[in-house]
Amino acid sequence: MKSLEDLKKIREEMQQKINIRTGDENRTRVVVGMATCGIAAGARPVLAALVDEVSRRKLQQVTVTQTGCIGVCRLEPIIEVLEPGKEKVTYVKVTEEKVKKIVSEHLANGRVVEEYTIGAAE
Amino acid sequence: MSFVRSHVLVCGGTGCTASDSPKVIAEFEKQFAEFKLSDEVRVIKTGCFGLCALGPIVVVYPEGTFYSSIKVEDVKEIVSEHILKGRLVERLLYKEAGAEGHTHSLNDTQFYKKQKRIALRGCGVINPEEIDEAIAYDGYRALATCLTEKSREEVIQIVTASGLRGRGGAGFPTGMKWKFAAAAEDPVKYVCCNADEGDPGAFMDRSVLEGNPHSVIEAMEIAAYAIGAAQGYIYIRAEYPIAVQRLKIAIDQAKEYGFLGKNIFGTDFSFDLEIRLGAGAFVCGEETALLASIEGHRGEPRPRPPFPAVKGLFGKPTLLNNVETYANIPWIINNGAEAFAAIGTEKSKGTKVFALGGKITNTGLVEIPMGTTLREIVEEIGGGIPNGKKFKAAQTGGPSGGCIPLSLIDTPLDYENMASIGSIIGSGGLIVMDEDNCMVDIAKFFLGFTTDESCGKCSPCRIGTKRMHDILEKITVGKGTMEDIALLEELCTHIKENALCGLGQTAPNPILSTLKHFRHEYEAHVIDKRCPAGICKDLLQYKILPEKCAGCTACSRVCPANAITGEVKNPHVIDQAKCIKCGTCVQKCKFEAIIKE
Repeated sequence: MKSLEDLKKIREEMQQKINIRTGDENRTRVVVGMATCGIAAGARPVLAALVDEVSRRKLQQVTVTQTGCIGVCRLEPIIEVLEPGKEKVTYVKVTEEKVKKIVSEHLANGRVVEEYTIGAAE
Repeated sequence: MSFVRSHVLVCGGTGCTASDSPKVIAEFEKQFAEFKLSDEVRVIKTGCFGLCALGPIVVVYPEGTFYSSIKVEDVKEIVSEHILKGRLVERLLYKEAGAEGHTHSLNDTQFYKKQKRIALRGCGVINPEEIDEAIAYDGYRALATCLTEKSREEVIQIVTASGLRGRGGAGFPTGMKWKFAAAAEDPVKYVCCNADEGDPGAFMDRSVLEGNPHSVIEAMEIAAYAIGAAQGYIYIRAEYPIAVQRLKIAIDQAKEYGFLGKNIFGTDFSFDLEIRLGAGAFVCGEETALLASIEGHRGEPRPRPPFPAVKGLFGKPTLLNNVETYANIPWIINNGAEAFAAIGTEKSKGTKVFALGGKITNTGLVEIPMGTTLREIVEEIGGGIPNGKKFKAAQTGGPSGGCIPLSLIDTPLDYENMASIGSIIGSGGLIVMDEDNCMVDIAKFFLGFTTDESCGKCSPCRIGTKRMHDILEKITVGKGTMEDIALLEELCTHIKENALCGLGQTAPNPILSTLKHFRHEYEAHVIDKRCPAGICKDLLQYKILPEKCAGCTACSRVCPANAITGEVKNPHVIDQAKCIKCGTCVQKCKFEAIIKE
């Protein structure tokens, strides 16, 4: 027998799981370059790590998605963080280790990890 | 279920199931396993998206990418390109008729833009076989609100204030129906749901039950609370196997969660729900026949009053509403009566689901605000008429309805306007006809249906529909007289006034409305012995124009009746006595030498 609280709890938990089906403008999008160059450079484990971290931290406002070749193949794997109303941040030569820091610093706390960005690499 | 980055929604409605969506779903699962994506991507079987002509439909989230007509062979490409690498598979994207390029997202299509999905809100969004997904989309929230915060009177007041009217056809105010049932004094009352959708061409109730069955269960409980009932029945036709199965799963899950059963949400409200299968008789959609059928009797109507609200199922006060009517209720409770009443026209509030069929590009289901014009439905949402043909009329309300001619295409569709032009909204079937449809033939088709489906209890319907059909038959074979048309009109009026139930009372409508708007077509059949649309075979003749015929013999070789003769390189001739008017020769002729007149 479910109580009113149970109903509310299920609703909140489930909304988190299916909210990618709603086109919310205010979501942060994290885009992983998944063209041949990206995959060859190791974008698959990066994407998997990203999904894991976002899920572990229950970041409801984050959508992880993938894209094609961004154009700077030598710097792959590349991930881009697009927050509404803010400038796009591009991280390059991302590894599974770097993902943890990007998620905990940037996505969870809003602090851009300058050292991993394209500006720092060039 | 862990966090997943992408959801692939595949339609599992009846339309897409028929075009092999179960195999597509299985292939997605297989491909995900092969690409080792099973942990991060999910495939979800949903209800109907509405664009049934282009099934199976696949939508990939979070992008909302809209793929149509997906075959098993296409799945691997979607997985390896889109899901793995994020590259859209352009060739499989939905292409809008007349539009340049491809449409990426479902919501960008003309088909969806003008729609407002209330009754269909969960269809094509949730997995109907998982109650948790229904809950995420506000399922059972309205029930909880009603049981714990609102009195019975308040619930009825909200439904009344919303202006919701019965979506099954008659358009009776739902709040008033609830009030009557609540006012009946009896310790035992019943709540029933009419899911015996029988109009040819209408399938919105099936879609609601297949796509979001919990919305109907929840609404029936709210109704039961409001009128004071503890037992409910859903009467659904056995020809809807997928809907029946999903409904069963939904009822089981609701029982498991305690949303059905004793002391729901810890209150003293208890409710149980059972399914009753109908054998698919059209008359069982009529309320008294439906209740008789639930009781186990022969599905025959009885005179009213007493109305079911006073004396219904097993002689007890009974509330009976249609599936689509119920599907609106939780939304109204959650969003308020004012929000619902703000949509639509003065006397017809909210939205209506129409099943688009016939000569239209986007065959499927659309939910639009009341008061949308037929032109918007046909030209914008429906994508126009294929093959460059011209709109002639739209038949609404199935065998109980009438037609709307081109001259009235800008009429806003609502209950009052439709009645004033001699048609009805009915259950929402909308069949579009072009210049190649013969209106006498259409009337004959619907009369053939009502003649078959008449239960036989009252003579105006049993004998009358048969006689009307006979006269139409006579006209379409070219033996009709002007007296026949007059007799037809007299019969129509008589049957309308004297039949026992809605089936007979509305059966003459297709004739009356085609006579009103297309009398010249009847007269052409009778006076000129000619079918203007070229449909009625007995009034047609195929002829070969000697000046155009090159004598290639193509026509005589394909003629199944060996009716065409002639020497090579000389004009051929059709023997009218042998010709069966199949039209095969016209398709074969490269010189446009064969005409139909």
